[in-house]
Amino acid sequence: MKLLLSIAITLLRARFKQTLVAAVGVTFGITMFVTLLSFMSGLNHMLDSLVTNRTPHIRLYNEIRVDSVQPILLASKNPKAYHFIQSLKASNARKEIYNANKIMNALSIDPRVVGFSRKVSSPVFFNDGTIDISGFMNGIDAEKEVPLFHFQDYVIKGNPQDVKNIPNSIIVGKPLAELLFADIGDVVQVTTAAGERFQLKIVGLYQSGLADFDKTQSFASIATVQKILGKGSGYITDIQVKLTDMNAAPLIAKEYGNVFELDAQDIQAANQQFETGTRVRNIISYAVGITLLVVAGFGIYNILNMMIYEKMDTIAILKATGFSGKDVKRIFLLISIIIGISGCMAGLVLSNLLCRAITHIPFSSAAVPTVKTYPVDFNVSFYVIAVLFSLLTTWFAGWFPARKASKVDPVVIIRGK
Amino acid sequence: MAEPILTAKNIVKSFSDPIEFEVLHSVNLEIQKGEFTAIVGKSGCGKSTLLYILSTMDTDYKGSLSIDGERMTGLKEKELARVRNEKIGFVFQFHYLLNEFTVLKNVMLPALKLNKFPLAEIEAKAMQKLQVLGMEDLAHKPAFQLSGGQKQRVAIARSLINDPIIIMADEPTGNLDSKNSQVVFDTFMELSVKFNQTLLVVTHDNSFAQSTGRIIEMDDGRIVNETKNLPLQ
Ligand SMILES: Nc1ncnc2c1ncn2[C@@H]1O[C@H](COP(=O)(O)OP(=O)(O)OP(=O)(O)O)[C@@H](O)[C@H]1O
Ligand SMILES: [Mg+2]
Repeated sequence: MKLLLSIAITLLRARFKQTLVAAVGVTFGITMFVTLLSFMSGLNHMLDSLVTNRTPHIRLYNEIRVDSVQPILLASKNPKAYHFIQSLKASNARKEIYNANKIMNALSIDPRVVGFSRKVSSPVFFNDGTIDISGFMNGIDAEKEVPLFHFQDYVIKGNPQDVKNIPNSIIVGKPLAELLFADIGDVVQVTTAAGERFQLKIVGLYQSGLADFDKTQSFASIATVQKILGKGSGYITDIQVKLTDMNAAPLIAKEYGNVFELDAQDIQAANQQFETGTRVRNIISYAVGITLLVVAGFGIYNILNMMIYEKMDTIAILKATGFSGKDVKRIFLLISIIIGISGCMAGLVLSNLLCRAITHIPFSSAAVPTVKTYPVDFNVSFYVIAVLFSLLTTWFAGWFPARKASKVDPVVIIRGK
Repeated sequence: MAEPILTAKNIVKSFSDPIEFEVLHSVNLEIQKGEFTAIVGKSGCGKSTLLYILSTMDTDYKGSLSIDGERMTGLKEKELARVRNEKIGFVFQFHYLLNEFTVLKNVMLPALKLNKFPLAEIEAKAMQKLQVLGMEDLAHKPAFQLSGGQKQRVAIARSLINDPIIIMADEPTGNLDSKNSQVVFDTFMELSVKFNQTLLVVTHDNSFAQSTGRIIEMDDGRIVNETKNLPLQ
């Protein structure tokens, strides 16, 4: 085998330029493959984090809906009659979560739960002169919201903790503040659905990247919102749960829904379009990368075929002096694999450098104020996949020409001279 | 008499391209150890064809072939390659060195393939074979820089590297000028006389043939005449 390797290397050296071209083909393929995947994956993670960071994995709440068991159904069934019920109205208009404390106790001992935070939300109007802008106020636990849902990432001005520290304070979206001609320190007036008016001081501006969200949503402390609604301190409308494993959300949501007799929405159901986008982007980058590698494989195939035509004499003489067809096949396979591996190594190094360069390109988007340069996912698995694929393509690219070389009949070549 | 080194019985060879026709008609041949045999005959009479069969490279024939007491007919490609490597040395009309390698490496390759001796020993042996042919000064030159006559002498050195039981040559001087032909010819003589090397040489050169120990004359795919010369001095 060592002998065959040294023969392969000698043959390669004699055709150094072509070899280089073939190897550069592989290098290019690998570089593009890894860079594309790393970059795409980086973007995917960033876009996903837009949602996943901010969205609770499971949201527990009470949907207002018609009772599915109507009183008449409880009456004994008359075999000759049939119930017609029309124009049902929901009677349960309470959005409040009952037994919130009990649920929270259960959540705090559940090992699958990283943490949870309470929330009170209420529709309000922001009054600006004679104009009323409809929106929502969300009462949040600032000290829980920050670590669990990265709230501080989106607060571009002011401190999220101030909603707790300063009474009657509010954080509004930047577009809403612009509509209201207000800035930090200014006071806005809000009106609740019940008609109560309150003066709240703006202590922060946030920008989440979803413009519609920013125009309508505002944040205050739980106590503030409870006060606006005229409710007691036990009034909670949502419990937001963060899990250790996001993928388990649909199952756990179902379980909670049954156990707590509440509506439980998982993050996957809430954000299906993001999953689809991620998958499509992944498919595209794999398709492009694999195409490039296959093209590189054809490059190797061509070079090897050419080499075999040029080296007919060499093959004939090797066979005449005692090398078997298998030996000849191995020599050419080795040539192919050497080209593949050297091209692949160079490609890995180059793609890593390219990825590093990309992380220095400035990136600014209103959607993700915390990201300043293009995101790249330095995931080892991309490199591993690239290596496996390039070995596979070079093996195939080498195998067919190598087999042809092994079938060369020395008599035909020697006689042909 | 001892068992012959090479025995060919009823060798029949046909080509089917473009039409089926027989080139060798039942050729029988025995070669004894130490014999220096020349095969002569008109162009196209089947000398090369016979030599390719005897050298195990062509396996598409009828009849049977044994070398060194081992039956070659029906052996696998890999087995035949081993026999060629170990027992047969080749010299062709068109020198056939590997141009990518040095002269020394060219000579060493069959021994490296045989893989019976350590590298240093193979190298020393290759040098010694080159010395026999007066080529030791060119050992480290790339093969393509050599002249035709030099290449042919290196090819002879290579054919000797594994101490084959027989050397076969197809018109080894056919592509050389008279001076180089003489050198090659003298080399074969020396191998035969000094080392008792068995040689089977196809040639058109009559004076060359006359000075060998045994002349086999072919015509139209048959051995038509055989002459034994006086033992060589
Ligand atoms: N591949 C082939 N297909 C068909 N016929 C062939 C083939 N190879 C050789 N022949 C024919 O076989 C016959 C013998 O050829 P061969 O090469 O053995 O002759 P030769 O005695 O070596 O001639 P020369 O002295 O010119 O080298 C020739 O008639 C030739 O045309
Ligand atoms: Mg011939």
